[in-house]
Amino acid sequence: MKILITGISGTLARGVAYRLVRRGHEVIGIDRRPWPDVPEGVEMHQVDIRKRPAEDVFRISRPDALIHMATVTHLTADTEERYRINLGGTRKLFEYCHEYGVKQAVFVGRHTVYGATPDSPLYHTEDEPPLAGAAFKELADLVAADLYAGSALWRWPKLNTAVLRLCYFLGPSRGGTLAGFLSKRRVPLVMGFDPLYHLMHEWDAEEAITLAVENQLRGVFNVAGPSPVPLTTVCEATGRRAVAIPGPLYSAALGRFGFPSLPDDAIAHVKYPIVIDNTAFVEATGFEPRYSAKQTMEGFRWN
Amino acid sequence: MSFLDDPQVRRNVDRLPIEFDDYGFDRFGLSKKSLLRTYSPMASMYRHYLKVTAFGLENVPATGRGLVIANHSGGIGADAAMIFTSLLLNDEAPRLGQGMAEFFLTRSPFAGSALRKLGHLTGLPEHGEQLLNDERLVVVFPEGARGAGKLYKDRYKLVHFGTGFVRLALKTGTPIIPCAFIGGEEAFPQLFHIKWLAKLLNGPFVPIAPQLIFFPLPVACQVYYGPPMRFDGDGSEPDHVIQQYIEEIRHAMERLISTGLDARPRSFMLERMPDPEKERRP
Repeated sequence: MKILITGISGTLARGVAYRLVRRGHEVIGIDRRPWPDVPEGVEMHQVDIRKRPAEDVFRISRPDALIHMATVTHLTADTEERYRINLGGTRKLFEYCHEYGVKQAVFVGRHTVYGATPDSPLYHTEDEPPLAGAAFKELADLVAADLYAGSALWRWPKLNTAVLRLCYFLGPSRGGTLAGFLSKRRVPLVMGFDPLYHLMHEWDAEEAITLAVENQLRGVFNVAGPSPVPLTTVCEATGRRAVAIPGPLYSAALGRFGFPSLPDDAIAHVKYPIVIDNTAFVEATGFEPRYSAKQTMEGFRWN
Repeated sequence: MSFLDDPQVRRNVDRLPIEFDDYGFDRFGLSKKSLLRTYSPMASMYRHYLKVTAFGLENVPATGRGLVIANHSGGIGADAAMIFTSLLLNDEAPRLGQGMAEFFLTRSPFAGSALRKLGHLTGLPEHGEQLLNDERLVVVFPEGARGAGKLYKDRYKLVHFGTGFVRLALKTGTPIIPCAFIGGEEAFPQLFHIKWLAKLLNGPFVPIAPQLIFFPLPVACQVYYGPPMRFDGDGSEPDHVIQQYIEEIRHAMERLISTGLDARPRSFMLERMPDPEKERRP
């Protein structure tokens, strides 16, 4: 299969590219950022997905499948820029897919779109509406992109669309949202709260995305590996020090005293769990995580 | 392992039909360590302070899903705690009762994560379904906070039942085990509620009992479990059918309650109620 990966220079996307090449697929990559030591078998285009040259890649190379990973997930980026890339970019790509006869599109989203609230149940299923935007404005664009990608299912029924809602991942690349939260030696927790965190190994996440393309998935799927673990256990197992900060002082402490900085609304994600039910994905692909939560976290230990 | 851990609790926690991960947590965030820490003092309260006797524990399934439906009383949750302890201390087949916690508890700091570590999730229908599909034993007080806040003058009268638990049982094919807790109303006889304080704390009620502290009196309590009840249906039945099932469950509970009340020599009983079966056993 000829597979186009957007946002290929991202940590997770590189891993997916390696995997696909190893399994004999032809991989084309698009990213604004460079990938200097791009491996053999990957055709790299350093362009912006919203610009004309990206469309040229579709027109000339005619990929069979698209894995869309060019979304900005780190919260420090400028909001307007995020909207342009996450929403505008996603829309453009789906239109190209339709126009140039791509058969399979995989949108890689985040499980955080469900939102962290005290009154929501554990184990979210795919039919639940993603509510994160209401309480966490920095996630609103990702929620909209997730829903827009899902709308491709009825907008262009001939295009096989899969929307993946991936849980947190940890791995040797030290990339991803959770790795950012654990990037310092001291991790800020909200006093009196110890939410369950759903995490998987980076390599398992890459494998899951690869399986989604190879199995020609259609629909919305939660992707998770082993059972969730409490945040204090995550800190302990990765060798970080969990520092409990009283709720009212939390946002003031962020970015100071050696804590990572987070947007104000992120506090809900440190107080309440987001846990997802991956039954549908496992049934559709036979996915089995290779790494337990213990192996994943201990592999991420501070040293 | 701490010297404070109760050996029977430790033994029975290890025998629970629940899968724990490398860190001693199950998939809902239940913690083995928290179970030990909490049930150990509760076990000594169960044995020596409230002197609880449990009858009919053989009616509780040894493994697999089950829904224990109990009357609520005594304002401060001592009844719930003793029902959970009686299930865990059952040496024949220890079970962990998992409750559906009041929303105002689970959202508040400390209480929320402490309850989750003991297996009590927010009282949402989704949680009940997830737990039962995972072959757990769920304990429901269908009277809710209204039942817990019964005044002493209304003791052992069942108030209005919610219907959700019957639909849940039908949908998941779960047997219902009626349960009666006797003694809770005397251990914490509620004289009146302070309404303004409840409003201030955002809780359902603040009860006042003669002992003036939020701790039960050392009245001997009993738990009765009735034979499991199964009903036909898939949970989509019209309300009048569900109501009929509820009446049946209600009657079973009322029978258990009146049996329990009749069996006590007097209401404020300070000595343990003899268990005829245990006496017979060597």
